[in-house]
Amino acid sequence: MSSHAHAGGSTVHAPMAEPSGFIRKYIFSVDHKVIGIQYFLLALTAVVIGIVLSLLMRFHLVWPNATLPFVSGGQMSQEQYLALVTMHGTIMVFFVLTTAPQGGFGNYFLPIQIGAPDMAFPRLNMLSFWVTFLAFVCIVAAFVVPGGAPISGWTGYTPLSGLGEITGPGEGWGQTMWIASISLFCLASLLGALNFIATTIDLRAPGMSLLRMPLTVWGWFVTAILGLLAFGVLLAGGILLLLDRSAGTSFFIPAGLVVNDQLQAHSGGSPLLWQHLFWFFGHPEVYIAILPGMGVASHVLSTFARKPVYGYRAMAYAICAIGFLGFMVWGHHMFVSGMSPYSGFAFSVLTMSIGVPSAIKTFNWLGTLWGGQIQFKSPMLFALGFVSLFVSGGLSGLFLAQPAVDNMLHATYYVVAHFHLVMGVAAIFGIFAATYFWFPKMFGRMMNEPLGKIHFWFTFVGAYCIFMPMHFIGIAGGIRRYADASAVGFLAHLQPVHEFMTIAAFITGAAQLIFLFNFFYSLKFGPKASKNPWNATTLEWDTDSPPPIDNFGGHYPSVYRGPYEFSVPGAVDDFIPQWVEPSQVARVK
Amino acid sequence: MPSTFITEEIELIQSDKGPGGGGFSGDGGNGGDGDSSGASRVPQRAYITGMFIALAGILMFFMAFVSAYIVRKDMPNSAWIPLQVPRILWLNTLILIASSFTLARAYSRFSAKDDEGFRHWWATTTFLGILFVAGQILAWRQLAAQGIFLASNPSSSFFYVFTGAHGVHLLGGILALLYVQFRATRKVQRGTAIEVISMYWHFMDGLWVFLFLLLYLGR
Repeated sequence: MSSHAHAGGSTVHAPMAEPSGFIRKYIFSVDHKVIGIQYFLLALTAVVIGIVLSLLMRFHLVWPNATLPFVSGGQMSQEQYLALVTMHGTIMVFFVLTTAPQGGFGNYFLPIQIGAPDMAFPRLNMLSFWVTFLAFVCIVAAFVVPGGAPISGWTGYTPLSGLGEITGPGEGWGQTMWIASISLFCLASLLGALNFIATTIDLRAPGMSLLRMPLTVWGWFVTAILGLLAFGVLLAGGILLLLDRSAGTSFFIPAGLVVNDQLQAHSGGSPLLWQHLFWFFGHPEVYIAILPGMGVASHVLSTFARKPVYGYRAMAYAICAIGFLGFMVWGHHMFVSGMSPYSGFAFSVLTMSIGVPSAIKTFNWLGTLWGGQIQFKSPMLFALGFVSLFVSGGLSGLFLAQPAVDNMLHATYYVVAHFHLVMGVAAIFGIFAATYFWFPKMFGRMMNEPLGKIHFWFTFVGAYCIFMPMHFIGIAGGIRRYADASAVGFLAHLQPVHEFMTIAAFITGAAQLIFLFNFFYSLKFGPKASKNPWNATTLEWDTDSPPPIDNFGGHYPSVYRGPYEFSVPGAVDDFIPQWVEPSQVARVK
Repeated sequence: MPSTFITEEIELIQSDKGPGGGGFSGDGGNGGDGDSSGASRVPQRAYITGMFIALAGILMFFMAFVSAYIVRKDMPNSAWIPLQVPRILWLNTLILIASSFTLARAYSRFSAKDDEGFRHWWATTTFLGILFVAGQILAWRQLAAQGIFLASNPSSSFFYVFTGAHGVHLLGGILALLYVQFRATRKVQRGTAIEVISMYWHFMDGLWVFLFLLLYLGR
């Protein structure tokens, strides 16, 4: 026991002074906690916009001829529908699913969970937030530039995205704004990834070995590595696309292309080249969105089942395996692009092999729950929902991973249903679990439990009501991105299903108001949170709620054990936090 | 090993640190907050780690261009006309390789605590770097004089993209060199800065040699 004394115990330093002045404290702050909240609020703004866009789409699919007050000409045109598709996808993927789990919660909790006073490069951290903010301004501005928002989808496929206004309204200014926004976002994410990786490698507290890191930290760490290697590729692609559009080069535009009866002056480019560059980023991006959620789910399940994570090492290795394999499967987004069957086969096998680490994770989540004393608090409900949605959405991935099946389903709603469940809603459930779990630590107050539970059940049932029928529409041949399927003979009989989904979407959307109310009400009026309201074991619960500016109030913690020591045999309490020295553990006599 | 003298520098600073120091001061001091409280809480090795990570990201950025180049060149109907790289690129390449040697020289002078020698060789490196960038601009002007512009042919498009992207990165390196020459005064930061910038500079040198060979042999 005395051998631990040299580890330093709590090294005491003079507490750091907070910056005075509103601007340094809240706007251009270098404190990772403030930056984390800034990212979170940015994502919250983005998700409200994204949900409104999706509700407009759902509305249009069911009532295509309705007159809308804010649409020029009264009725929504097909191009305007495509603009909604594009902007919904872009805003949700980049500014919600990437921004909230990694930029928001990762920024706030990674340094605290490893016992560091801040990120390794605080000013770089501030820079990456403000560049992200600028990117967000650019993408929102795409709505109001001449021609409106782009229509080429969140994947920006060429040649549609590469030729300018001639390919449609929004492909002029709007598409340029889109590229500018995405490029800025790439830059910001690269800076952020650099910070996350360096912080995790070099700023861990004494005793915090890699295999004592909470699984949340593993999630953020591997996500940052994915971001580092993927965003640079998209940035390069974005630069080439911009040159094609504005400098007359031909990286992506083939020769002899006739658009609107006009021959385009390009020669020999390859639209597939864009797809490769895009999806080499795009597939890791899927894991950038979901890995932090996996970490949060593991963390929360363990805490509220009062049991150690089942197979902690396997969980950490599975995160790494998923990240690694994530770089080798981008071709499965391109099965229908005329790819060689041999390449398709290789991509298919690699894609299905991701099922192995995914199954390890799912098995271990269930193993964590098995025999636990489960407390159904709001964060726990959302973590359970995460597991459910991840499995439901992931299973359809095994079908889509087969080129022969994908050929039939690729352009249909089946794919839309698949990625919304596994990447969209599952990741959002991870964000909700994190919000309910860490709200007390971030803002010093508890959120309202009954409201949280109501919010969960509406959202959980609602998400399945929206996306389960969508699979059937896809199998029946419902083509995605059609602005008005009711006009297509063989799809007309699916309209009642669309109506059901739209109603479910509006109810689920409305249920999010419960969350917003709970969030802002609790911010002001929630009961005060103690240091460790969930009886959890990781370092963020060793400090005040909210934590002081240097995270631990002048002392640097040391770590003596793994992150999930719940229900330790022979111990008096049912949990032993990471910061408790072995000699101080109260044991049953 | 580079890390040896870094440790020495840190020990040097810590020995003359007053009592009660050690507050967290962020990357290079958060404005005025922690400057008086002694050594930074961020270990100097984090900057080395950070540079390794940054270089990995930059490598991926350039490799995306390189893979695009390889794919685009061999497209059927690619309309590819091989580009005769301007002769001056040979000279530029030699200058940049030479700058790596002068930088290594500056580095060893710094390790030997010979400040004057260090400043001399460091300035030489900066000069060679500026010379290289000037040479690249000259190459652009020569191409333009022949009527070969960014959009003339895919091969010229890639030439301008490669040299432009590399040039921007090298300009960043030159700014960093100038910063150390004229601004960085605190010893502990200076040692780390010199090591980190050296890593970056040698990487940019190696990257250019690779890109040049690609443009020359792979045209």
